[in-house]
Amino acid sequence: MASNEEILAGLAEIVNEETGLAPEAVELDKSFTEDLDIDSISMMTIVVNAEEKFGVRIPDEEVKNLKTVGDAVSFIAGAQA
Amino acid sequence: MTRKVVITGLGATTPIGGDVPTMWNNALKGVSGARTLEDDWVAKYELPVHFAARCSTPALDVLSRVEAKRMDPSTQFGVIAAREAWADSGITDFDKDRLAVAFATGIGGVWTLLDAWDTLKEKGPRRVLPMTVPMLMPNGVAAAVSLDLGARAGAHTPVSACASGTEALHLGLDLIRSGKADVVMCGGAEAAIHPMPLAAFASMQALSRRNDEPERASRPYDTGRDGFVMGEGAGALVLEAEEHALARGARIYGELAGTSVTADAYHITAPDPAGLGATRALKAAMFDGRIQPEDVVHVNAHATSTPVGDKPEYTALRAALGNHVDNVAVSATKSQMGHLLGASGAVEAVLTVLAVYDRKAPVTINLENQDPEIPLDVVTSARDLPAGNIVALSNSFGFGGHNAVIAVRSV
Repeated sequence: MASNEEILAGLAEIVNEETGLAPEAVELDKSFTEDLDIDSISMMTIVVNAEEKFGVRIPDEEVKNLKTVGDAVSFIAGAQA
Repeated sequence: MTRKVVITGLGATTPIGGDVPTMWNNALKGVSGARTLEDDWVAKYELPVHFAARCSTPALDVLSRVEAKRMDPSTQFGVIAAREAWADSGITDFDKDRLAVAFATGIGGVWTLLDAWDTLKEKGPRRVLPMTVPMLMPNGVAAAVSLDLGARAGAHTPVSACASGTEALHLGLDLIRSGKADVVMCGGAEAAIHPMPLAAFASMQALSRRNDEPERASRPYDTGRDGFVMGEGAGALVLEAEEHALARGARIYGELAGTSVTADAYHITAPDPAGLGATRALKAAMFDGRIQPEDVVHVNAHATSTPVGDKPEYTALRAALGNHVDNVAVSATKSQMGHLLGASGAVEAVLTVLAVYDRKAPVTINLENQDPEIPLDVVTSARDLPAGNIVALSNSFGFGGHNAVIAVRSV
């Protein structure tokens, strides 16, 4: 079980790997599309990498609800619980 | 009146140099880019061929990690070469609606395709990356170059096996002559040093098996030739309408005077032993460029170093140039960098343009016992080409019976 801080750090690492964005730019209130300029293809790669890293399943229909980094952290934390 | 088309920018990444100056310097010296492959998969799959000619500068030394992630290795090479050519052209202020791309590949995203297949089998469909399709599609390299340059007059991908790169120039010339574009980024890219294509080319007996001496394996015209050496990389050329190049005071390397494409309709892989299709291609390119045999001083030959391929090209050259062929300096640069498949025509076009511009023919290495049935004047140490108006030809032939020829004239 990862804490929210650990999930955020892990997610920032995945986003950095995919997009080159500095990990510290990946903050809870940032929107993936508006603020971080992540397109749908990168988003799917990030989702699949997050599934593997955190041992959770993020259904495709759920991905559109993950608008901000905080949404993703909450979803992953909930799915791990 | 036909629009004249000139070459104003060159780019390349190859087994004998990661940029044009390095490649050209080595091509005049005569070096080999072939090396023993250290990869585990050579032994794992018991490949009969243990060597190849990899790019001397890895793509990841040039591109950022994030950029490279979205490109198949073939596209990475293509983008690197295209960026060099674009910078070399010096074009800055330009209407990109008039800039087209004609960027070829022979095989395309074979690494991406086979990696994705491995991932599917080992980890399931969810792990197959969403970028797989745009990375494996053969037009991926033309699309990436178009995106990178902002070229909006169309992005084309001629595919004709090992003639692809030369066919890209044929298309580029047409695009400018017909008024569809004023500038075209032409080129070819390939990255197929993967166990499967190596096994497949070996299975058709096309590859040299001189495993103990990789550097001496590619030996066009030599009696000991036993197949080609797989290479990889990309070449890129900026074609420009002459009036456009003159108006901006561009440095002009030469004129792309004529091009041609023909088909053998003889056999799916074997060259026509009489070289009829290649002869027609040579004659058509010369006709297209209003070139007489006596104008031709240099040929960058296709010459892959296979036992059956090298001779029909000689037959075709003699048929097209007549006895003047004895006065032509012939270079077989695949002796140095191996066979870059769909990129070979583009890289050899860069070499041909430089030969005309610098008036020097590059070196053919490993020619120890010249095949008596191929009595060409082969350049084995860098040779000066004459002053005055000169023309050089570059030939490319591909599985499928594709023949493509370009003619470059000095300016």
